[in-house]
Amino acid sequence: MSKSVGLQEEVWPELERIIQEHRGDRSALIQVLHRCQELVGYLPREVQVKIAEGLEVSLGEVYGVVSFYSLFSTKPRGKYRISVCKGTACYVRGSMEVLERLEKELGIKAGDSTDDGLFSLEVVRCLGACGLSPVMTINDNTYGLVKPDAIPQILRAYRAAGVA
Amino acid sequence: MAEVTLTIDGQQVKVPKGTTILQAARQVGREIPTLCYLEGINAIGSCRVCLVEVQGAKTLMPACVTEVAEGMTVLTNSPAARRARQLNLELILSDHPDECTTCPRNQSCELQALAEKMNIREVRFRGPRPNYALDASSPSIVRDPNKCILCRRCVAVCEQVQGVGAVVPLERGYRTTIGPAFHEPLLEAACVLCGQCVVACPVGALYERDYTEEVWAALADPNRHVVVQTAPAVRVAIGEEFGLPPGAVTTGKLVAALRRLGFDRVFDTNFTADLTIIEEGSELLHRLQNGGPLPMFTSCSPGWIKYMEHFYPELIEHISTCKSPQQMFGALAKTYYPQQAGIDPAAVTVVSIMPCTAKKYEAQRPEMNSSGFQDVDYVLTTRELARMIKTAGLDFASLPEEEYDDPLGISTGAGAIFGTTGGVMEAAVRTVYEIVTKNELPGLDLLPVRGLEGVKEATVTIGDTTLKVAVAHGLANARKVVERVLNKEADYHFIEIMCCPGGCIGGGGQPITRLDDAKQKRMEGIYQVDRDLPIRKSHENPAVQKLYEDFLKEPLGHKSHELLHTTYKVRSRFGSVMEHV
Repeated sequence: MSKSVGLQEEVWPELERIIQEHRGDRSALIQVLHRCQELVGYLPREVQVKIAEGLEVSLGEVYGVVSFYSLFSTKPRGKYRISVCKGTACYVRGSMEVLERLEKELGIKAGDSTDDGLFSLEVVRCLGACGLSPVMTINDNTYGLVKPDAIPQILRAYRAAGVA
Repeated sequence: MAEVTLTIDGQQVKVPKGTTILQAARQVGREIPTLCYLEGINAIGSCRVCLVEVQGAKTLMPACVTEVAEGMTVLTNSPAARRARQLNLELILSDHPDECTTCPRNQSCELQALAEKMNIREVRFRGPRPNYALDASSPSIVRDPNKCILCRRCVAVCEQVQGVGAVVPLERGYRTTIGPAFHEPLLEAACVLCGQCVVACPVGALYERDYTEEVWAALADPNRHVVVQTAPAVRVAIGEEFGLPPGAVTTGKLVAALRRLGFDRVFDTNFTADLTIIEEGSELLHRLQNGGPLPMFTSCSPGWIKYMEHFYPELIEHISTCKSPQQMFGALAKTYYPQQAGIDPAAVTVVSIMPCTAKKYEAQRPEMNSSGFQDVDYVLTTRELARMIKTAGLDFASLPEEEYDDPLGISTGAGAIFGTTGGVMEAAVRTVYEIVTKNELPGLDLLPVRGLEGVKEATVTIGDTTLKVAVAHGLANARKVVERVLNKEADYHFIEIMCCPGGCIGGGGQPITRLDDAKQKRMEGIYQVDRDLPIRKSHENPAVQKLYEDFLKEPLGHKSHELLHTTYKVRSRFGSVMEHV
């Protein structure tokens, strides 16, 4: 099996090492998935196959867990990862309008990434900042009391930085 | 073992420690309703229709997973338990399609039966109806996620009994479905298409791909000469669809029914089972005399073949090159038979009645065209044939006993026992012994390979050779044997593997039953067929002997290789997209 399908060659040795540590240990599945996603940024099929092979579980078992937890992603995520909170407080205070505006401005749906690889958009449940609701984060930056109309300006700054 | 005394509905009962409330209640004659529970396979307490009241407990308890305790007082039919069960059933029904009349499981659906039993006359909740696409990618099995109640019985069977894990829970919450990884079609997954998920499914979420309309069309076409073959395990099970007990031997009625449906010739897969023994026995002897490769595995079970191709492709050269009896039949029915009968092979349509969903896939494999046509045109499961018989208005139980047609309908007891685990091995030993020693085999019954134990072994002395054989059924059992072979922990010469538990009698195309002893009874039926036949050894089948004289000339000869042997394909255990990566 070729190892380089859409993945950078240099991550494979480290990936192999992580899996090797838990060879044949199905109980380590979630831990291995975490570490592999940290390393690669997401969990493409060939990574899941490697994990299934190494932990000696079926591909279904791996994919079942990956698709269960929203933390795991099977698609590459953008350079800037936008998370919109849909927890109760944010929801009540208009996070859906924020999300809709983001979807419109970026031309993608929640769960997807833009074609240029700059942004990915996801929904999360409670960021623990309900006092600032509605809240969203872009990588490590937190935005509180977000108004939909402020979205274009926020995105512009990242676009400028991302292209530079 | 320690015993526990408890009270169920006012009756005291003593049961071994570790017994569940469900099992204990049976001892006092109380059948608690269940849905996700499948005896010995799935006990996860997820559907909540087995809730009972346990005095002193804070909540109602699921009977299928709650163990009894000393002094426990259980009420299985209290108002609270009854209301909760009805409520949970209504919730399960709240997003279930109202399609009972057109559902393949109409009248054999456990959800439907439970709704009736629990007197559900109204569903107070209307959830949004799911709208998933049907997965009809494979010729064997259709998946309808819209009808799935997420009981996970199929998941448990696939993982535990078959060790395949082709269908798993995907996503979560309302978006949960059961299917192959990456939501791929079944045909692209590492699924062996055995249909054990189908017989485990309580509803119409998994069912056989139906080819009855295609067969009706062929029967109605005056230009087609339609011949049919019946697998050995069908005759001891089809009666169940018509109220007869499991294991009732209905060979003659089956033949009569097929003739009345309009088949031009009614033939028997048992004939080519006998032929398989000649070819496979000769192949085994050839391997023994020419240094292998050994052990040799049997090749009759298409689910096992696909499993080996996906999971153990390194063993391909250990699999007998013999086609299965179904495919040997197809190849002969479009060459030898029309030649003998003086008809145009292009006008022959071959239909198979099989206890199996994987046979539908096997018939469509590109290797199975050695007659110059697709050798077997349509494969119907036992269940589909039963539906045709019902549609035609035949009263199966009162049909007369009729005989198969010549020449492809003549068979022996050895061919008959192919239908149960251990049968191919026993049939092979009966023949190989006599070919090698030229003496009559003393006592035909090879008892160590009979029965429902998962892995069986025997040692047979044939002349100056000691033949070590093994038999496994159910792929999780097969895997144990295969691993021992790979790790050089076993030195078998010959191994019989049947994909389904019990062999073909427990196939994925058989009547769906929850009777505990159905497999045992069907197996007894198979051995009865064997006992009652005048000839019980494949090499003594006169029609097979004539076939060699007139057509094939010799076992493993040129013609045999062309028509009766095949090749296998390396596949990936991670599904077809990983095969060419």
